[in-house]
Amino acid sequence: MNTLIAIIGLGVLCLLFEIFEWRKAIIPVTVIGLLAVLGLNISEFNSPEAYYNNMMIVSKFSTAFSALFIILTLFLVILSHKFYENQPGKLSDFIAIKIFLLAGAVAMVSFGNLAMFFLGIEILSIALYVLASSSRQSVKSNEAGLKYFLMGSFASGIILFGICLIYGAMGSFDVIEISELSRSAELPIWFPIGIILVAIGMFFKIAAVPFHFWAPDVYEGSPTLTTALMSTLAKVVAIATLFKLLNVMNADLSPSFQLVIVIISMASMTVGNIMALRQVNVKRILAFSGISHAGFMLMTLLSTTNAAGTLLYYTSAYALAGIAAFSVILYVCKHNENEDITNFHGLGKTNPLLAAILTASLLSMAGIPIFSGFFAKLFLFNQTIQAGYIALVIVAVVNSIISVGYYFKLILAMYTKEANEERTATPITIYAVAVIAIVLNIALGLFPSYVLDLLA
Amino acid sequence: MNNILNEIGIENYIFLSTILFCIGIFGVLYRRNAIIVFMSIEIMLNAVNLLFVAFSTYHQDAQGQIFVFFSMAVAAAEVAVGLAILVSIFRNLGSIDINNLKNLKG
Repeated sequence: MNTLIAIIGLGVLCLLFEIFEWRKAIIPVTVIGLLAVLGLNISEFNSPEAYYNNMMIVSKFSTAFSALFIILTLFLVILSHKFYENQPGKLSDFIAIKIFLLAGAVAMVSFGNLAMFFLGIEILSIALYVLASSSRQSVKSNEAGLKYFLMGSFASGIILFGICLIYGAMGSFDVIEISELSRSAELPIWFPIGIILVAIGMFFKIAAVPFHFWAPDVYEGSPTLTTALMSTLAKVVAIATLFKLLNVMNADLSPSFQLVIVIISMASMTVGNIMALRQVNVKRILAFSGISHAGFMLMTLLSTTNAAGTLLYYTSAYALAGIAAFSVILYVCKHNENEDITNFHGLGKTNPLLAAILTASLLSMAGIPIFSGFFAKLFLFNQTIQAGYIALVIVAVVNSIISVGYYFKLILAMYTKEANEERTATPITIYAVAVIAIVLNIALGLFPSYVLDLLA
Repeated sequence: MNNILNEIGIENYIFLSTILFCIGIFGVLYRRNAIIVFMSIEIMLNAVNLLFVAFSTYHQDAQGQIFVFFSMAVAAAEVAVGLAILVSIFRNLGSIDINNLKNLKG
């Protein structure tokens, strides 16, 4: 709870700095503030508590995921320094929107009442609509913003309808009351319908097949930093919230619902990977790769009682690799109009360090050992086999192999093709973010138990 | 108030809001004018608000009515952002027909 208040205070502080024209201080102060918030958040880890009539429930699950969100926002704020260089007057707005988005994310994982869940998801989404269409002169960014807005508010409407039916069945918005009532025998039919509608809305947000069609367009059109935010922070928030929602409200999922999750998970992996094979735009490749990763993350929903640690591990591994990859993409595509693979030709010669980092993050996403992506998949598959879904794991393994195809397309382009432009000066912030993110990723891979056992 | 609800029956309220919700969904899917799509989204949200109020009376519980205020405020914020996006599209393209937005493909 204190975390959430501190984050909102930080956002307001950002806006005040603009009024007093202390623009140079915005990013350093935000970074220090976020580090302080991270410390505050960690201090709440061992003291689970409920606030305001169960509106907010701070638990181990919520603090652990909040810490991940804060770290991701920290990286994104540091990257903003270079990205918004040409618009110094708007820097405070962009940073403040990112901070408020973080507040929505924290509210989403620590809700104790469906009202808080709905408000959190809307705070996050509205901030994202603004960021997606934030480069006003570009038609592509406008289009991405409108598409995201239409799909997002459509999904919000469906989620709202689901919440309404759950309320109608239970007479309460409190998730603890709902979960107690849901164990009783006689339930109105509205309750399962409501759960399904909320789940469909969340599938839209995490871009799982068949609700994924907006993702590639929106990822391609948005400014690159926003794409980084969507594919790491927004996706992780949505899947963590869906996990918590199904976990608290419906402890034992019915077999037919589990079957639906299995099918959606298989479809997301397969469609995401196969569509990614024929893309030439790097942002689109990462969008489809995100769709297939959403399929992997959905596998945790099949064993909700003990998969929280695995989900945290998988999402951290994926998000850290994503941040490292996007910081390299930010450097490469800063002076180019599009993000086609040809821009990456010869990066291995012109800038070996960044090429190595991009390679490492792609290998982590593909699931190659020593990077945490491999261990994340290992633990996830292990858990899913124990839950008894062998067919799903076989499909997932086949998909991991397919995914190597498009990741290596990019890696080969960097190392075997001739460079078509000279090396340009790389800002220190991009190096710092990329190196720290990939080092954290490898450290996660070497010491998995620190994260896995957090939520045990 | 409760008598009216008993006479009409909560099911009819659910059917009414479901029909309104579906009208909204079809509006979003089939209309090509962005303003009308926005209006359809509003119909979806307001259909849900209607059902919230009906359920609130049904359970004799004020929480549902409070939630309507939240969802109205959120809907207003959402439309404000949507209209701002639409204005910037109109400045760039001179039209708000969704069919003109086909730059992103692949």
